[in-house]
Amino acid sequence: MPTSVDSAAPRTQPFDVAAVRAQFPTLQGTVHGDQPLVYLDNAATSQKPDMVIDRIRAYYAEENSNVHRGVHRLSQVATDAYEGAREKIARFIHAAHTHEVIFTRGTTEGINLVAYSLGASLLSAGDEIIVSEMEHHSNIVPWQMLCERVGATLRVIPVSDAGALDYTAYTDMLGEQTGLVAIGHISNALGTINPVQQMIADAHAVGALALIDGAQSTQHTRVDVQALDCDFFCFSGHKMFGPTGIGVLYGKEALLNAMPPFQGGGDMIDRVSFEGTTYDALPHKFEAGTPHIEGAIGLGAAVDFLEGLDMDAVQAHETDLLTYATEQLQTIDGLRIIGTAQEKASVISFLMGDAHPYDVGTLLDQMGIAVRTGHHCTEPLMDRYGIPGTVRASFALYNTRDDVDRLVQALQRIQPLLS
Amino acid sequence: METTSIPEREEAIINEFMLFDDWMGKYEYLIELGKDLPLIEDAYKTDDFRIRGCQSQVWLRPDRANSHVVYRADSDAMITKGLIALLIRVLSDQPPAAVAEADVQFLEEIGLKEHLSSTRKNGLQSMVQQMKAYARALAQDEQTA
Ligand SMILES: Cc1ncc(COP(=O)(O)O)c(C=O)c1O
Repeated sequence: MPTSVDSAAPRTQPFDVAAVRAQFPTLQGTVHGDQPLVYLDNAATSQKPDMVIDRIRAYYAEENSNVHRGVHRLSQVATDAYEGAREKIARFIHAAHTHEVIFTRGTTEGINLVAYSLGASLLSAGDEIIVSEMEHHSNIVPWQMLCERVGATLRVIPVSDAGALDYTAYTDMLGEQTGLVAIGHISNALGTINPVQQMIADAHAVGALALIDGAQSTQHTRVDVQALDCDFFCFSGHKMFGPTGIGVLYGKEALLNAMPPFQGGGDMIDRVSFEGTTYDALPHKFEAGTPHIEGAIGLGAAVDFLEGLDMDAVQAHETDLLTYATEQLQTIDGLRIIGTAQEKASVISFLMGDAHPYDVGTLLDQMGIAVRTGHHCTEPLMDRYGIPGTVRASFALYNTRDDVDRLVQALQRIQPLLS
Repeated sequence: METTSIPEREEAIINEFMLFDDWMGKYEYLIELGKDLPLIEDAYKTDDFRIRGCQSQVWLRPDRANSHVVYRADSDAMITKGLIALLIRVLSDQPPAAVAEADVQFLEEIGLKEHLSSTRKNGLQSMVQQMKAYARALAQDEQTA
């Protein structure tokens, strides 16, 4: 795929998994000598296509400069690229305004920004924040810290055996004491797709705000923040084929305007004096210091990559992988899938007999298969199921049925060793 | 019976593992060795005897037998049990001072060095550190006694 600095007008093309795979250099590699890599750890982070890698190289080779500062040519080029990436991302999630897109280090920082900045003005003693039992630690701990600061209470929506939220429990919890509902769009540990649109509407009905942890959704589905009507939406570049160290906090303009800055420093001020400092307007108010310029531009390229694909075709492909993998894994004796909700993304957590996930993952690695083992930063969820962790195979758009076959064959091979 | 030295025991393990030229055989053997691990009594599977930094749960307890230090351990993962069994084979029933000064290198040479990689290192490394720390404490007790 040709890439030049200002290429990449989104172009829809039919989904051709071989052609897509060919754009990812790491997927061509081998591990442990001659084992072709089967990368099934996509929920942790995705691999990067040439478009992203080349774009970052081009930035450093041709455009590197600090942004928003210089009168000189390169600074203008870099600023245009950085702000251009913001525009792409705003379009990608269908934000009403470009300045509603705040660059962060990732999902974690986005959630912490809201917890820190909005926190005290939103909540006081006796108020409640609602999360669910399947949340990532990133969407639990910042709220626990906030609750401690202001004397609010954290309420937790329980999860069913299958891995779905108990919706009645949720609506029972909602009330005028509810300040905020913070919920994961797609569970990284179970794959469950939560009914966030309805949950947001129900939160609004009692006057609460809604924050969506979208760390696992932008790579699998189209996200439209206006259609969702969420107040905040956080995601990470590295999970959607972009660079690490960059992510986005989307927030509704009125809320972001009302919130105080998160960090102080250069780039976020209007005027500084010792008598008093005034802050810059959105989005810069929340971006103190020199930003992760190449990260933002690289994330813009990842958006170009995704927009160049037909997302309906991508989703059909991932659904096929999920269905096929679920069927095939179930042919293995004693294998138990954790997370069998109706609405699922292509994430499969499982246990094989009594084998410890660590043993399974270590042996799969010897055969070139990269999976995640452990609690997946969801310890309360693991406690809920009474297990120390799982083996997790998470599929991205570049995975194939062949990858599923390799996983299943490998599990069959190691099973005698571990029983 | 004469105690074989730490380097001698390492050497023996390296020779045994040379018999395997594929990872499957090596891991199969490692898992077998784990089944013979001198197990820690359940009563000692407490936080006090837990080794931090491992992906699986590991408990390790030192004891003194004659003038030697001996270890018992357990883990909920089979590969981890195998690795501890190897460490115990090398370091258990040795004079405390020898363990305290030991430079344990054999894991690298038997081709299990991925367990020393940075993500897992903490686990295995803290196991070795803990074994040495116990031995050091025993060696000091002896000196003051
Ligand atoms: C559901 C979910 N939320 C939050 C995060 C945190 O994302 P990051 O580490 O990129 O900030 C992750 C990533 O592991 C996740 O899967």
